[in-house]
Amino acid sequence: MTDLTSEQTQALILRLTVLADDELLLSHRDAEWTGHAPILEEDIALANIAQDELGHAMGWLDLRKTLDGSDPDGLAFRRGPDEFRNSALTELPKGDWAFTMVRQYLFDAYEALWQDAAKASTHTPLAQAAALALREERFHLQHTAAWVERLALGTPESERRTRAALQAVWPYALGLFEPLEGEQAGIEAGLLPDPTQIKARWLPLVTAHLTRCGLTPPGAEPVARGTHTEHLALLLAEFQGVNRQYAEMTAW
Amino acid sequence: MTATLKTQAAETAEQHAAFEARIVRGEKIEPGDWMPAEYRRQLIRMISQHAHSEVVGMLPEGEWISRAPSLRRKLILMAKVQDEAGHGQYLYHAAETLGAAREELVDALLSGKAKYSSIFNYPTESWADVGMIGWLVDGAAIKNQTMLAGCSYGPYSRAMVRICSEETFHHKQGKEMIVQYAQGTPEQRALAQDALTRWWWPSVMMLGPHDKDSTNSGVMSNWGIKTKSNDQVRQEYLNEHVPELLELGLTLPDADLHQDADGNWIHGPINWDEFWAVVKGQMGLNKERLATRNAAHDDGAWVREAMLAYGERQRAQAAD
Repeated sequence: MTDLTSEQTQALILRLTVLADDELLLSHRDAEWTGHAPILEEDIALANIAQDELGHAMGWLDLRKTLDGSDPDGLAFRRGPDEFRNSALTELPKGDWAFTMVRQYLFDAYEALWQDAAKASTHTPLAQAAALALREERFHLQHTAAWVERLALGTPESERRTRAALQAVWPYALGLFEPLEGEQAGIEAGLLPDPTQIKARWLPLVTAHLTRCGLTPPGAEPVARGTHTEHLALLLAEFQGVNRQYAEMTAW
Repeated sequence: MTATLKTQAAETAEQHAAFEARIVRGEKIEPGDWMPAEYRRQLIRMISQHAHSEVVGMLPEGEWISRAPSLRRKLILMAKVQDEAGHGQYLYHAAETLGAAREELVDALLSGKAKYSSIFNYPTESWADVGMIGWLVDGAAIKNQTMLAGCSYGPYSRAMVRICSEETFHHKQGKEMIVQYAQGTPEQRALAQDALTRWWWPSVMMLGPHDKDSTNSGVMSNWGIKTKSNDQVRQEYLNEHVPELLELGLTLPDADLHQDADGNWIHGPINWDEFWAVVKGQMGLNKERLATRNAAHDDGAWVREAMLAYGERQRAQAAD
């Protein structure tokens, strides 16, 4: 591991926070299905994905801790909506099963490609964590890609719902690749993957699968990162409620 | 299911004698083996009730996944509730080995015809309930399931072995949480005590009516389905849990609780009126739990239709 400049450290902290926040909220949304999924097998499978995503988020926050000494629980439970760095994609309500699966599929493809690229990071702990998470992410991608196909090529109703989900989710998914102000120093030093290169791999990958499923990605402008919807404050009120109610408690 | 029962309508004394001899020898009965129709009926009833309990049991604790106060607790709770779904799944499979169809069993739950453990009709009012359910409710379940792991029907017995090992993790995480809170800040301690006060009696009751009032117990024990009585299992549960709770300085809501000369913990009178009122849905959240299950089932109908249609399409393409 090389010595990091302060700019490089800041770039790493920023990206780790973005990754953690995305996975934290997506995990939270996915877990809302636990006990309410369309089939019992999906109560199990989606709960598994939710645990993996939460596990990744915890891993990124642990890595951040090694850089700035921050407390993972403090970051998760005591920041306000304006401090969260997630993409709005991950804060949107769970919607119907098609919405959840299309969102998860597009995110999984992004995450798997990001992790694949991050294996080459010159920051060894990040490269190692990415390699570990990638193994799980490949399973997610397989699972959600199969669901998108099943729903898109199922009944007229499931096809209609899948199209509507793709329409709604697509601009937010594009926003995942928007450059982060302050990340450039990390990209130039080979610490972090370049999001534009990830997007160049992601777009043909998901377009090919969607096309196989008879779906067409809509033409849309990306929703920039840093833009939050009204859903985030509500989500955090629930997510953080118990923790904040007992403000002086540090051990749960 | 009905067809299987009809073909076994004529049962001979020889068949019964041979079957009971196998039970006495401690052999496991396997799906293809001859068995009395009543043995099959009792097992389907019991295993499906057990499966329903796992599925409905996801709800009271699942409600708290979104509010768990630390990342570690959130992860543990997700894993725990996921396990309950898994238990439900392989118990439905165990019932299927007896000729029952999962759809029929699920329909019986959704229509309110089938029963599930009434403990899940109690509300979870605070975060500490998650810990208390793990420690007490799963603790009681483990006692019952350890007994069932020795039961005469192979698939049920093996399912229990697997379930017990996972339930042991549930029990541990619940106990660890409550021990931490009981020794934590005054507020945490109050949360733990409040949860104990509300969950103590329901957990004592969930092991079922006293032996003298238990209608199904005779035949179940003769056929090696239940190898211990409700009161025996309840005694094991009390003897393990009472001293551990008292050691934490928590108060059990039973003024008559005492130890007898043999060291057994003896509880005071149980309010069976409450037990039956909860079982019958006159008290507690039976209607709400079934409404939630029905809503999930109805909302998922279009997804299941899509799965079937997609499957048909794949088969048609493969045939071309």
